Amino acid sequence: MLRGFRHTLNSSRLNPGETQLRVQNVHLSFGGVAALTGISLDVRQSEILAIIGPNGAGKTSLLNCISGLYKPQQGSITFYDGEKEYDLIKRRPHQIARLGIARSFQNIELFRHMTVLDNLLAGCHIHMKSNLFQSLLYWGPAQREQIAFREFVEDIIDLLEIESIRNKKVGTLAYGLQKRVELGRALAMKPAILLLDEPMAGMNSEEKEDMARFILDINEEHGITIILIEHDMGVVMDISDRVAVLNFGQKIAEGTPDEVRANPLVVQAYLGEDHALFTVGAGGSHA
Amino acid sequence: MDLFIQLTLTGLTNGAILALAALGFVLIYKSSDVINFAQGEFLLIGAYVLFAMLVQFHLHWTIGLILTLVVAVGVGVAVERLVLRPLIGEPIISVIMATIGLSSLLRAIVSTIWGNQPRAFPPFIPSKPVHILGATVGADRLWAIAIAVVMLFLFNLFFTRSKEGIAMRAVADDQQAAMSMGISVKHIFAWAWSIAAATAAIGGALVANIVGVGPELAGFGLRVFPVVILGGLDSIPGAIVGGLIIGLLEAYVGGYLGMGLNQVISFIVLIIILMVRPYGLFGQEIIERV
Repeated sequence: MLRGFRHTLNSSRLNPGETQLRVQNVHLSFGGVAALTGISLDVRQSEILAIIGPNGAGKTSLLNCISGLYKPQQGSITFYDGEKEYDLIKRRPHQIARLGIARSFQNIELFRHMTVLDNLLAGCHIHMKSNLFQSLLYWGPAQREQIAFREFVEDIIDLLEIESIRNKKVGTLAYGLQKRVELGRALAMKPAILLLDEPMAGMNSEEKEDMARFILDINEEHGITIILIEHDMGVVMDISDRVAVLNFGQKIAEGTPDEVRANPLVVQAYLGEDHALFTVGAGGSHA
Repeated sequence: MDLFIQLTLTGLTNGAILALAALGFVLIYKSSDVINFAQGEFLLIGAYVLFAMLVQFHLHWTIGLILTLVVAVGVGVAVERLVLRPLIGEPIISVIMATIGLSSLLRAIVSTIWGNQPRAFPPFIPSKPVHILGATVGADRLWAIAIAVVMLFLFNLFFTRSKEGIAMRAVADDQQAAMSMGISVKHIFAWAWSIAAATAAIGGALVANIVGVGPELAGFGLRVFPVVILGGLDSIPGAIVGGLIIGLLEAYVGGYLGMGLNQVISFIVLIIILMVRPYGLFGQEIIERV
């Protein structure tokens, strides 16, 4: 076993269970096409909330609204950090990131020409304080800061077991590893909330197991709130505390995995679309 | 042999100045994908502002140079704010056209203020001839090489050590992801344009010291193209190596094959490079996987 993680990863000051993010009556449309119609959702500190639903249900749109890439036409999204509340709809993506809302993307969006290490250091951006001249001279506080961030990043590298690739260019890595680096880069922001858009898409079962283990570690040991979009129902039902189900831009159910599984509306939404919800582990094909 | 050393020294100094102009060009391309046709005008502004500081305001050259850099940074920020930012999200060709317009505008402003006559420049770097291995070269030319080397070193530190440098590389790779890391893309563009304008101003000041100020300094803007195509549009080391190679090539061709040919040789190289290695010596090879 490697040395333990010595840094705080979680920047939230709330107690577990307190409301951290409140989405209220959010409407989003592109031209005449409604992507989200009246979504309301509460996210609590230190929970793993899965957002599921058939393709095109609006899952990624909701995530993009939270991280500021899309601006909803109606509704509010409020973030609580324990002292103040912040209206996210008025803020730009980089300002939302600075509040501690980190994310990964469905199609990997890494800095492909940079090394793993530099990708993680870029993730530390919002926490770096020293000014340009100090860093160029590598002097005094800048030097101490650099060393501290290098150590912090090494801890993330240990946590995600990517020691052997730390100096590799990200673009050259295998898909599963890239997904892991993207998670690491989001962690380097010391997030209060981590938004993961299909962190296991396209992975084999071994890679999925690893990823699920990392997500659980991050959540259990560091108490980071995780909002996760995932299609693999086995994983979703295993690791999430709560599940929200979207269909055609509306939330049709919300609750514990068991409640959601038993909800007739959910069954209906998935019927004819994807039987995965009900055939967990069976691996049957529906020809 | 003396001629060879003489030409080598001349080539290296011209190359160093070309490299300084190219550095800013590459920086802008790297962070924002914009090809800046106004890079030569940044040299022009640097040279004329320093000229004004030294001749019209009678300042000591150190203060004059610092103020010139401040003005250059201001111009860079203004260009980003007034020209580039309104064009965010527009097709890249519109932005490039805007920089062509910008180059005419800046040149017109300079000639309105200072006129079109070439003027002598009070040397702020000693230009006393120095004898090296039988060749004679102005000390200011040696300074140009030294300053280019220092700038390369600083750029390297900037990109590997400073948070702005890392953020700039991040923005160059993936703007959306950079935003979601809390990086303000607009700030990074402003940084890139200011640094580009400031390095060009230093280049302009060095050229002015060697040949005096005049509107033809803006011609460096075009001479930058062979340099960056050779080195790779997005490569900082490429800008330096490309600058030195083009500088040397022009000097040797001018010295051995005759004047006139040296004016076109770099553009011949440009065409050959585009045919055989379009991403340049150090540029990122873009592979489209289908």
